[in-house]
Amino acid sequence: MRVIADPHRCVGAGQCVLTEPALFDQDPEDGTVIVLDENPSGDLVEAARDAALVCPSQALSVVDSW
Amino acid sequence: MLQFPLVRHCPYAPPEEYGQLREKDPVTRVRLPDGRESWVVTRHEHVRQVLNDPSFSADRTHADFPNLAPAGQPLPRDDSAPSMLTMDPPEHGPARRAVLGEFTVRQIAALRPRMQQIVDERLDAMLAGPRPADLVEELSLPVPSMVICEMLGVPYADHDFFQVNTAAMIKRETPQDERRAAFGRVRDYLDELIAGKEDAPPDDLLGRQIRKSRAGGDYDRRSLVSLGFLLLVAGHETTANMISLGTLALLGNPAQMDALRADPARTLGAVEEMLRYFTIVDTVVARLCVADTEVGGVTIRAGEGVLTLGQAANRDPEAFDEPDAFDIGRPARHHVAFGFGPHQCLGQNLARAELQIVFDTLLRRVPALRLATPVEELPFKSDAAIYGVYHMPVTW
Repeated sequence: MRVIADPHRCVGAGQCVLTEPALFDQDPEDGTVIVLDENPSGDLVEAARDAALVCPSQALSVVDSW
Repeated sequence: MLQFPLVRHCPYAPPEEYGQLREKDPVTRVRLPDGRESWVVTRHEHVRQVLNDPSFSADRTHADFPNLAPAGQPLPRDDSAPSMLTMDPPEHGPARRAVLGEFTVRQIAALRPRMQQIVDERLDAMLAGPRPADLVEELSLPVPSMVICEMLGVPYADHDFFQVNTAAMIKRETPQDERRAAFGRVRDYLDELIAGKEDAPPDDLLGRQIRKSRAGGDYDRRSLVSLGFLLLVAGHETTANMISLGTLALLGNPAQMDALRADPARTLGAVEEMLRYFTIVDTVVARLCVADTEVGGVTIRAGEGVLTLGQAANRDPEAFDEPDAFDIGRPARHHVAFGFGPHQCLGQNLARAELQIVFDTLLRRVPALRLATPVEELPFKSDAAIYGVYHMPVTW
């Protein structure tokens, strides 16, 4: 699976970082999302889906890739 | 047609009409105090839809924006610069991003040691003082007030001034001229304070904003006054009310309080549940439709107002199992207590950190804490736009 972030939609609420700091960080200047691991595995897959669910601007998507 | 706003009769429960609206009439019209009509939206799914759709404007200075002040009291208007609270795209994004760096999860984490110090000092003072003590005066108000004052670079010595004026602004019954005067006093104060920082901008949020916007060639004191005003007012009332109500919920659920004391790793989850359960900012979150949009099979037309009732959404059984139960162990992070969409609370991670530190420290240091007045006799803020409690006598 793959995590895709749309930095233009992102509003920097930090909900993704709060969900899983191993997967997400924020730009120190403007707070927008930085994806640290675009192809997570194991427990991080569920965390990525949780982050997408709570993202207030729906800027994250998790897609199955193969 | 229902008359809004509805009043909470119990601190633990939404107005009783919310459940029926959500089930039978989830997108419906109500009457506002000024006699006009507005839509109300009560389901979690629909609240999220409206708040994340640019067809709904956040411009509360617009004449058609739904207004919950008593009849004949329009929203305060003045010649001040708009804050990001009332902006729509394309202005909103850049305004928010200009200050977001101050509120990232990482930046807030760096402030935690100082927050802990502030909480410990307030508790030292409370424990050294007479019993019963008013938790609101001793802890709930001073902690967030000191934190936001230090962040912004506003002298804490002036906190009484902000508290009095903020309380006047959010009380629904405050006469319009008094409300306007309260706004004016805080703005004048900030204007003078910021002017004093312009020569040699200090290393605080306002000082850094001066430097940053000068570097970008667009420094404008009026805009910075509006930003400072928003942060100061938002930082005074909201977290304070959650400290009081969260403590009340724990005292009312001793088994959960014990579980939390035994395992502080659960506190962040408990904080989310408190935010969901009380949803202190409910009817304040509203929008003005600017392009016809279908919500739940109903067409909302441009020019019509919408109240997105967060407290109804946060008790939606489609989103939360047994929504009326207070359960610190439940997954609650998808609540809309901080709003949703591009305007979702900028200070949410500051609020989370403050609440987590307060509850961890309070439970550890004051294990015998209890109410000194029966819950039924506490003065709840049924008359304010932001819910809470005016005083909360506690002993230990």
